[in-house]
Amino acid sequence: MSTLLEVQGISVSFDGFRAINNLSFAIGAREMRAVIGPNGAGKTTFMDIVTGKTRPDAGTVRWGELGVSLLSMSEAEIAQAGIGRKFQRPTVFEDQSVWDNLRLSLKKPRGPIAALFDRVSDADRARIAEIAAEIGLSDALDRMAGILSHGQKQWLEIGMLLVQDPRLLLVDEPAAGMTSDERAHTTALLKRLAEHHAVVVVEHDMDFVRRLGCRVTVLHEGSVLAEGSLDHVMADQRVIDVYLGR
Amino acid sequence: MSGTIFTRNRSVSIFITVLTLLAIAVTALSEGYGTGALSVSFTKVLGMTLCLCLAALAMDLVWGYCGILSLGHFAFFGLGGYMIGMWLMTARTEQVVRANLSEAVIPPTEGEITAATASQIFSVVGATDWPWMWAASDSLILSLVLVVAVPGLLALVFGWLAFRSRVTGVYLSILTQAMTLALSLYLFQNDTGLRGNNGLSGLQNIPGLETVGQDRISIWFFWGSALALGLAYIGAAWMVSGKFGNIIRGIRDDEQRVRFLGYRVEIYKLFVFTFTGCLCGIAGALYYPQAGIINPDEIAPIASIYLAVWVAIGGRGRLYGAVIGAAAVSLLSTYFTGGRAPNLDLGLFTIDWVDWWPVLLGLGFVLVTLFAPKGLGGLVDLIIRKDRA
Ligand SMILES: Nc1ncnc2c1ncn2[C@@H]1O[C@H](COP(=O)(O)OP(=O)(O)OP(=O)(O)O)[C@@H](O)[C@H]1O
Ligand SMILES: [Mg+2]
Repeated sequence: MSTLLEVQGISVSFDGFRAINNLSFAIGAREMRAVIGPNGAGKTTFMDIVTGKTRPDAGTVRWGELGVSLLSMSEAEIAQAGIGRKFQRPTVFEDQSVWDNLRLSLKKPRGPIAALFDRVSDADRARIAEIAAEIGLSDALDRMAGILSHGQKQWLEIGMLLVQDPRLLLVDEPAAGMTSDERAHTTALLKRLAEHHAVVVVEHDMDFVRRLGCRVTVLHEGSVLAEGSLDHVMADQRVIDVYLGR
Repeated sequence: MSGTIFTRNRSVSIFITVLTLLAIAVTALSEGYGTGALSVSFTKVLGMTLCLCLAALAMDLVWGYCGILSLGHFAFFGLGGYMIGMWLMTARTEQVVRANLSEAVIPPTEGEITAATASQIFSVVGATDWPWMWAASDSLILSLVLVVAVPGLLALVFGWLAFRSRVTGVYLSILTQAMTLALSLYLFQNDTGLRGNNGLSGLQNIPGLETVGQDRISIWFFWGSALALGLAYIGAAWMVSGKFGNIIRGIRDDEQRVRFLGYRVEIYKLFVFTFTGCLCGIAGALYYPQAGIINPDEIAPIASIYLAVWVAIGGRGRLYGAVIGAAAVSLLSTYFTGGRAPNLDLGLFTIDWVDWWPVLLGLGFVLVTLFAPKGLGGLVDLIIRKDRA
């Protein structure tokens, strides 16, 4: 299996506090990976680094078959290269309809002139309909995103990533604040996605992670503590210590 | 999502209809072409108001839609005025000089005429030579190009520096205020070439139109202003109705999200900032020939703040809101500060509106913010909704 994203030896400090400490991580092209760890372990910061929001003090981040470095690229370039990101707090454009939210995320030229003259083609329409069905919002296309339920906003944000056709999805706490029904939907959605994309899911809820049934990376204090199947890492004494408190 | 901008955005057809009716009414009542019920000076006030509406429309695009609270757009407006003002003054003064020298026994050379024109224009600041920035002032075409190019270039350079460094929010507003302050202080200097605090004057005299009276010229400028406002309204409505509008509203509401969708937010901001800067330049170039005079006071930082206040009162994020706000507030301001409003005698003291107008405006601003956060334009929504119910 070829490696899609390879992160090696990254560290980052905020005012002397090491949020990420010599962390290495790799994921293949059609792989799903859960990243777990206590609050403040550095999970979100890790995503910040991959997506270009935060620059690491040391280390490399390589992308794709050619292994290009993401560190010199802007957030927009990284997104265009094929990395989509869902934030921990759902962020959709509340003032705009679900349809508009999806439309402006479609994989199309990103320049202002192209946007000015953009027309919705039949292919665009079909793509939006397809993704809306995937995220269960087919009937909500005309609704303002702001009045969606919390869970629907999370799905819409995932949908906005999907219409971009990314190769890697970074999904930060997709099930937070969801009812158990919604969680089940989200699990199914993520599993379907992993058939065609690489997916990194950050989640606190162990049951949720178990249902994903994928490899797990445990972060603690900015480094990888353990990696493997969920049962394997949960059997690790250090993981137990971290999770159950020392 | 299909059809022309007129069917997609109902406010466009309504706006253009209202504007056309207004133009017809003003023409029919004008001194130049109608009954004469409207004085020339009031016709000019109306024409100038349309120019202010155009500037407010630009402000709404950049602030209401793209979320950039620029407190410097009136600088672009003033620059547009200066660019056309240089041509107006040069051409007009040259005519006067020629007329004066035509009596001379020895016919003057072209060089002598240019020199005499310069000394006539710049004697108030103790200079006799053409400053470099007047190089294009003998060409109308070039001056018209500069009306758009100079504000546009300033906006482009300023915006590039600010947006590239990701300056946002209140810091950006402060920076734009600093820009206008610097520009007005620069223009206030006598030796910077634009006649210091004297400014440019006599701009109402349009070279080549000496035989046409101000009664007609005022109407022509009114038409020109209405045309510019109408076209800009259609253009702006078109811009914000499609995907571009979705993106800049996204930038306003959550810049980060837009960036992580792969858009270069800085480029979009720069585009909107520069485009609206050019629009303000055009508005200023139409305004000052009607005002007759421009001086650095016009560019004072407070003017740009007023522009934001108009848009806030009118309702940002809706194009007609900006126009309503600018028209209502600037007309009221003309009324109250023009000495026409009767003073209010309260017994103990008298309210002199010239002094109290800013208080009234401030109060209005607070009331709108508290009770109609969507501005006067938001009230239109209420009416429409009642209609439907
Ligand atoms: N921009 C920043 N400035 C200062 N400290 C930061 C910054 N970003 C993150 N941190 C700190 O880095 C540490 C890791 O934060 P991070 O958000 O990555 O944790 P997390 O694993 O996502 O936690 P959670 O499960 O609560 O979301 C925290 O202690 C946080 O306070
Ligand atoms: Mg986090």
